[in-house]
Amino acid sequence: MHMFGILLRLAWRNLWRNHRRTLIMLLAIVLGTWAMIFMTALMRGMVSQMVADGISVLPGHVQVHHPDYRDDPSIANLIAISDEELSERFGSSADFLAWATRIRVPAVITSEYESRGVTLLGVDPLQERGLTFVDYDAVEGRFLESADDTGVVIGRKLATTLNTKVGKRIVLMSQDPENEIADRGFRVVGLFDANVQAYEEAYVFAGKATTQKMLRVGDQVSELVVLGDDFRDVEAEYNKTVEFIDGRAEVKRWIELDAYLGTMLSVMDGFVLVWIIVIFLALSFGLVNTLVMAVFERVREIGLMLALGMRPIYILGQIIVESLLLLAIGLAIGTVLAWAAVQPMKDGVDLSIVGEGMEMWGMSSVLYPELLLSDVILANVVVLVLGFLASLSPAWRAAQYEPIEAITKV
Amino acid sequence: MTAVRCIDLCKTYRQGDEDIKALDHVSIEIDQGGFVCLSAPSGGGKTTLLNAIGGLDKPDSGEIYIAGQRIDNLSKGELAELRLRQIGFVFQAFNLIPVLTARENVEFVMQVQGVAASERQKRAVEILEEVGLAGLDDRRPSDMSGGQQQRVAVARAIVSRPALVLADEPTANLDSKTSDGLMELFRALNDHHNTTFVIATHDKRVMSYAKRLVRMLDGRIVEDIEQDAA
Repeated sequence: MHMFGILLRLAWRNLWRNHRRTLIMLLAIVLGTWAMIFMTALMRGMVSQMVADGISVLPGHVQVHHPDYRDDPSIANLIAISDEELSERFGSSADFLAWATRIRVPAVITSEYESRGVTLLGVDPLQERGLTFVDYDAVEGRFLESADDTGVVIGRKLATTLNTKVGKRIVLMSQDPENEIADRGFRVVGLFDANVQAYEEAYVFAGKATTQKMLRVGDQVSELVVLGDDFRDVEAEYNKTVEFIDGRAEVKRWIELDAYLGTMLSVMDGFVLVWIIVIFLALSFGLVNTLVMAVFERVREIGLMLALGMRPIYILGQIIVESLLLLAIGLAIGTVLAWAAVQPMKDGVDLSIVGEGMEMWGMSSVLYPELLLSDVILANVVVLVLGFLASLSPAWRAAQYEPIEAITKV
Repeated sequence: MTAVRCIDLCKTYRQGDEDIKALDHVSIEIDQGGFVCLSAPSGGGKTTLLNAIGGLDKPDSGEIYIAGQRIDNLSKGELAELRLRQIGFVFQAFNLIPVLTARENVEFVMQVQGVAASERQKRAVEILEEVGLAGLDDRRPSDMSGGQQQRVAVARAIVSRPALVLADEPTANLDSKTSDGLMELFRALNDHHNTTFVIATHDKRVMSYAKRLVRMLDGRIVEDIEQDAA
């Protein structure tokens, strides 16, 4: 331990012997660190937004269905518990941020000009607020007002396709549980906009009670959706839902229902690590070069220290401490700069200029960078560990000098 | 007690196509408390012998004992420990650590030895005063004259009171007055602390301080005489 003080002092002073070289290397480390953390925050934000958007489309964090519903999402597979009973149980619980029961079936929507296959959602607008991707206040016309509402709300893109608009009538057609045609005329009361245009074409919202009547399903629903605080940790909501359902229906987490979104999250973790390592590899060339030069310039001093009785292991330690010191300063500045760069972007960055391309990937055109402490720690630890490994070679070389040869080196 | 004992040392360097015998069957014994000057013309082998005694250079053959311990077969780490604990070095060139101040340079060996900070600071300031560098504690080598730097190197060599001090041309860059002061300091340490000195030099003034004068030529000891020191 008594050696650490002298190693640190020597390392620190040696770092500043060649100001320009150290500053250039420091700049490279700062920029590298900034890029690692800032870009990771952007990518994290992008993926989180993608997942959050995906979840807000419909899945919620936990879903309840008939066990066969996922294979055959038709009206035949309704939850065996009545909507009233479900509402009683979930409505009295404070464990969920939001919850809703829905009818969700495939249907055909027909205007006087066109027909399209869609997903009909029979919803209670009061329950859905906070669960759906539709911003009620931004709807042209109005959103549904109650479960008994007899109007429908469709996407703007679908309205264009059907050549219809607010105030006009359309017909929705599906099947009842007896496989008989169930249809009904609705007036279009609202047009919604979505971040992803595909959603505007796919989903049609109608009142839940109206839909139940049309499909002749009484008080039954297709799905129950639960929303918690954080999509990354839904275990509490899942366990509570399992307790409420008590084996009478299938309960799934969102990650089980949407493997693509779930995979995105885990792929992102791997991608962050690869990204950090790639940037470090670029940095490591400069770092090793700096250390090799530093050792080369100090051969006589190293020889002197060995001659005076410093063990080779401490020469090795001195070079490594010097390297880690340089990295630590660069990491600290780079981390602070990355944090500072993210702060003004916290309210979102409008990427609508490339929005259409992003929608292909199910992303929103507004990006919210997400700076995770775990990513900051990962970047710092990876750089320090790999920096340590990269320093070993020049440090080892320095420790192998023969004192007398080193001292007499011209 | 024998401080240094060399038996039949041989060392050959290759220079171009030519083999240079730096040590040619050299045997020498130096008692504890000895004050020996090795003198030789350039290439005579005095620095090679000094380096071999200090464990800085390995002979091709022969044996070296320091305070009874054979050192020519020790590992790098063991030799470093021996140099740290038992030997003080003053090299021909100034050989200070440029990023450390005069006091820190003097403290360096003590710090590696693990001496407590307060103790080593006290001793460093005292020894700097003793070599005539009082008040220059915080100067870096680049801010000192050659003579001042050499005195710092001497202070570093003797501050931890090693049993053996090896000095290679210690006065080469000093004026005569400073040289005399330095040699008197060496003699005082030799007299009062029984420190053994082996000094390689060309300087007749330095030789006059020696109790024993060993002359070398072409890697051999050609004369070994006891003398009345100045």
